Amino acid sequence: MNARWAVWVVNGLLAGLAFVSLFPLLWMLSVSFMPAGASSTLPTPIFPSTVTLDNYRQLFGSIGMGRYFMNSLALALLSSAISVSFNVMAGYAFAKLRFRGRDAIFKTLLGALVIPGQVAMLPLFLMLKPLGLINSYAGAVVPMMASVFGIFLVRQFARGIPDDLLEAARIDGASEWRIFLTIVVPLLAPVLATLAIFSFLGSWNDFMWPLIVLTDDSLHTLPVALAGLSREHVQDNELMMAGSVVTILPVLLVFLALQRHYMDGLMAGSVKG
Amino acid sequence: MRKTQLVGWALAAPALVVIAVFFALPVAAGLLLSLTDFDLYALADLSTLRFVGLQNYARLLQTPLFWQALGNTFYFVVVGVPVSIGLSLGAALLLNARVAKWQPLFRTALFAPVVTTVVAVAVIWRYLLHTRYGLINQGLESIGVGPVDWLGNPHWAMPAIILFAAWKNFGYNMVILLAALQAVPRELYESARVDGARPLRQLVDLTLPMLTPTLVMVGIMTITGYFQLFAEPYVMTQGGPLRSTVSVLYFMYEEGFRWWNLGNASAVAFALFVVIFAVSWVLLRFDRDPTGATA
Repeated sequence: MNARWAVWVVNGLLAGLAFVSLFPLLWMLSVSFMPAGASSTLPTPIFPSTVTLDNYRQLFGSIGMGRYFMNSLALALLSSAISVSFNVMAGYAFAKLRFRGRDAIFKTLLGALVIPGQVAMLPLFLMLKPLGLINSYAGAVVPMMASVFGIFLVRQFARGIPDDLLEAARIDGASEWRIFLTIVVPLLAPVLATLAIFSFLGSWNDFMWPLIVLTDDSLHTLPVALAGLSREHVQDNELMMAGSVVTILPVLLVFLALQRHYMDGLMAGSVKG
Repeated sequence: MRKTQLVGWALAAPALVVIAVFFALPVAAGLLLSLTDFDLYALADLSTLRFVGLQNYARLLQTPLFWQALGNTFYFVVVGVPVSIGLSLGAALLLNARVAKWQPLFRTALFAPVVTTVVAVAVIWRYLLHTRYGLINQGLESIGVGPVDWLGNPHWAMPAIILFAAWKNFGYNMVILLAALQAVPRELYESARVDGARPLRQLVDLTLPMLTPTLVMVGIMTITGYFQLFAEPYVMTQGGPLRSTVSVLYFMYEEGFRWWNLGNASAVAFALFVVIFAVSWVLLRFDRDPTGATA
């Protein structure tokens, strides 16, 4: 095949795929600025003929999207902070500290990966109910506070820390806790960032568990609220697009800003141990 | 070394306690739950709870809607997974081509749908698929294909959801496959070219065999994920039309949290687990990779 042709075909196909990937997102943004009903005309407009912020005003005004936004943000920050701490401690322990039963426990954890999370949802709901954790941030965060994937990721990374370094610190009389905080955690900083993004996005985008556990409207997260609104406001397309923008934009920005860490984690997680 | 013993346990404990209490325990409880007739009455008064053995499972096998949900889910997996992975592989090959320009930019663009929120992009797609105002139908119309009632026709609703899922997810596997492609030594291609192998030959005889372990791994991960179909039908079709998009998890959700038949719903969850486990196991048996890279 002619090399010049190959350049055009390959890059043309890539441009086509990029268009298909991005078009729905760009169109969402465009429609969110259209006045009510403008997108339900033929031919369907791509760009707004008049730009308005009415949809956003209505969202944050009468619909109270600000509240849902804060719920999503609080839950995502809370679950990232807790799960990063727990996973890092456990991942380091499994990689570098000898304790009885370590390898057996780790194997069991990996084995548990085959169990889909939904199997635990119904009983977890029944367990949390008498504890008064249904309809609370705590109830929504609880199953996300640690993850086998997170522990695995940290362990992979922590195995690269030289034992000599830790031994030297021990000989100098540093306590284990001090070694962890001043030597291990700084060395694990990149994997911490990766883990934080994964849990932030995981929590922000999660749907089924918050739908089950947060039945009180004032506690809804963005996806739960948006799903509910989209059932009520089937006709209000422009409003729904604005709601989607509010839901998607934060995670897209987080991803774009910290893309490298995200991709690193994706690779490390897909190398099966 | 008693001290590191203690420290090791202390550091691992918080995560292990969380996983034990909020995952392992509920899974075990779920198995028991699936053997009871836990329903709305039991929710109010536990003394009405009865142990019913395998009755929930037996009844499930006689419930037409369960079979339909299982069939719909299999449809989604059997068609959706090859479509998604095919798209991922195609995109990865394009990105890996020597002549590809702006590779990082394209990679980011193609990956963007992966990080978006399913519910929100499902809302967008519901409108893109609108029979009258949807841009997809208007595009089809311009090439002479009549309007398709994507989400209103029981024959088209699942294909529409598959299309959406492929768009949303292909970037993930694309990145993994791209990394695997980049790990293939360039010298192998050089020697293949010296031997006179054309690009298509190189793909079939060299690239695909090298990718097999990664493809199997990606396949199992994707199948496992696709069996857990829920948010897409919840937002786009609410299980309709004519229950053609009720997935197993959608059925479980309705059974559990709409009708409060929690014993029954738990049996559905375990049935799904067994199906996923069996399918993954069979796939791993099929993979007779001599290096055992995926085992």
